[in-house]
Amino acid sequence: MHFIPNLLFALLLVVGVSIFVKNIQKIIRNIKLGKAIDRTDNTDKRWKNMLLVAIGQSKMVIRPLSGILHIIVYAGFIIINIEVIEILIDGLLGTHRIFRFAGTFYTVLIGSFEILAFLVFISVIIFWMRRMVVRLPRFWNKEMTSWPRNDALNILYFEMVLMSLFIIMNATDMAFQQLNSGNPISQFIAPLFSNFSVETHHFIERTAWWIHVIGIFIFLNYLYYSKHLHILLAFPNTYFADLNPKGQLDNLESVTNEVKLMMDPNANPYAAPADDASPSKFGASDVTDLNWIQLMNAYTCTECGRCTSVCPANITGKELSPRAIMMKTRDRMEEVGKIIDQKGSFENDGKQLLNDYITPEELWACTSCNACVEACPVNINPLSIIIDMRRFLVMEQSAAPQELNVMMTNIENNGAPWQYSQMDRLNWKDE
Amino acid sequence: MNVPTMAEMMAQGKQPEVLFWVGCAGSYDDRAKKITRAFVKILNEAKVEFAVLGTEESCSGDPAKRAGNEFLFQMQAMTNIEILNAYEIKKIVTACPHCYNTLKNEYPQLGGKYEVVHHTELLQSLINEGRLKIEGGFFKGHRITFHDPCYLGRANDVYEAPRELLEKMEVELVEMNRCKSNGLCCGAGGAQMFKEAEKGNNEIFIERTNEALATKSTIIATGCPFCNTMITDGVKNANKENEVQVLDIAEMIVSANKL
Repeated sequence: MHFIPNLLFALLLVVGVSIFVKNIQKIIRNIKLGKAIDRTDNTDKRWKNMLLVAIGQSKMVIRPLSGILHIIVYAGFIIINIEVIEILIDGLLGTHRIFRFAGTFYTVLIGSFEILAFLVFISVIIFWMRRMVVRLPRFWNKEMTSWPRNDALNILYFEMVLMSLFIIMNATDMAFQQLNSGNPISQFIAPLFSNFSVETHHFIERTAWWIHVIGIFIFLNYLYYSKHLHILLAFPNTYFADLNPKGQLDNLESVTNEVKLMMDPNANPYAAPADDASPSKFGASDVTDLNWIQLMNAYTCTECGRCTSVCPANITGKELSPRAIMMKTRDRMEEVGKIIDQKGSFENDGKQLLNDYITPEELWACTSCNACVEACPVNINPLSIIIDMRRFLVMEQSAAPQELNVMMTNIENNGAPWQYSQMDRLNWKDE
Repeated sequence: MNVPTMAEMMAQGKQPEVLFWVGCAGSYDDRAKKITRAFVKILNEAKVEFAVLGTEESCSGDPAKRAGNEFLFQMQAMTNIEILNAYEIKKIVTACPHCYNTLKNEYPQLGGKYEVVHHTELLQSLINEGRLKIEGGFFKGHRITFHDPCYLGRANDVYEAPRELLEKMEVELVEMNRCKSNGLCCGAGGAQMFKEAEKGNNEIFIERTNEALATKSTIIATGCPFCNTMITDGVKNANKENEVQVLDIAEMIVSANKL
């Protein structure tokens, strides 16, 4: 019966990984609800961007304290996960610390994991304090309702528990402690257990090992429901980010075709339009009108709120919060995804992103200043969604604020946003 | 004031080295017209062969595009491009960052490919080429802060040209807490200039102006007619219009060089 733990482990592994894969497939399917957009150009620049921004965390450190703490947690997460390889092999084969044959190399490795685990633990405590004691405003904005707040805290608790278990597991591994190498942190924890018997030591070590393993699988599958998806999506998100100057908005091609037709004196106004000439809709009123990169942006957002904390509209008390734009886009996308899960394909549920999630008031508060785009540590672009939704309001619904309609009428009539004659354009010369 | 139009140039069979795109604010807004005239004085001083479109110029389409009216934007853009291309324009300078951004970034795909520079960039290169010299003296030692227009700074990564010009005027440049890529918007962009702000607990232009006033500068310099309007309003709001001036870099150069 000694192989039961191995079987149990294998079962856990299969179940944990297959649920994870299924969820990832759902995420990909939901992202693909978005419209096509070609970002396959400039591969060199894109790799560089990803290397710098996602792997190198270049935009995180613009705020040094949270940036450095984040790098510790991030490095810890990646490096300590090397230990997971050993855990996988040990779990499946029923071995114990299979890499120990590597001798000093092994103990140096485990030793560095311990130090990192300790640093991660401290960083996570500071993160927790920033949220719960210092109460940084960006963690308490209006959109940070109970779930987003708890989600963030859950992740911190997960980290605290996983790191503690790793240290306890090492501290109660008597054989490992006797090596007295590779235990820079756990050697200080080990004395706490010194009164316990060998069996109890073994029992605690095994328990910590198992909870650690189960914790990892739970965490893996928690991702799907959490803002924490950024640990995976930050990489494709930075790779596919817009490389153009931030001020450059896309020119809608469908509009270009129509305008060209309008301005061409030789065009036949009665000619039947080509099948793909005009889209069903200008701009975006629901997630399916956005492109897949905008939808990936929404899944990537980890709700740090750096965008909102620099948004001039938000700073001055307007309804708009760029973070909320991303959160609402994701909420709606997940709602559409659930309908597809239930019915096989999307059926109109009488709701859409516009009005049911994002209000025109939010959209009209934006100054298009790009502060949110600049601030995002993973190159999310909330502005592009705002503009696409304004386009729907104006071009499909003629629902611009009255003063903007006046401005646009003026441009149409006299080529300026104000009501001045185009013939007076050069009057300044003689004034 | 010597301001040739493209039509006149063409009639004489001449091609200017640069087209000055005045923009709507620069053409019609009383405050912005002063900036336009100041810039022209410098161009004439540096003997730059320039021309304007005059009555053939029309809105670049920026506010329409940012308000979501892509149709109107592209109609404006294509009409303008037709004229610019007919005159075989190669290089454009403008004192409006919104026109600058649109002409530079959004016109090329519609067939309008030009070298587009902001007036501070052109002035900087005139200095580098030795065609323009800025006199120190006048502003020497004045505490001056520079407000980065979003469409020049973050939108197009131009932060240094205006600052280098200020440095040439020997000012004491004091940066606001939020400056350069972290600069705070004046509140006018994205077509906000033409509408009432949405409901909130403060006005963006007041928030920004107060930050500028906190630097204890006597001049708030900027490089955008819309920022100029917003911050001038902010200074009035704070009852500081007698102590603090809001000036475009071009206007400062005119004062410095006593043009």
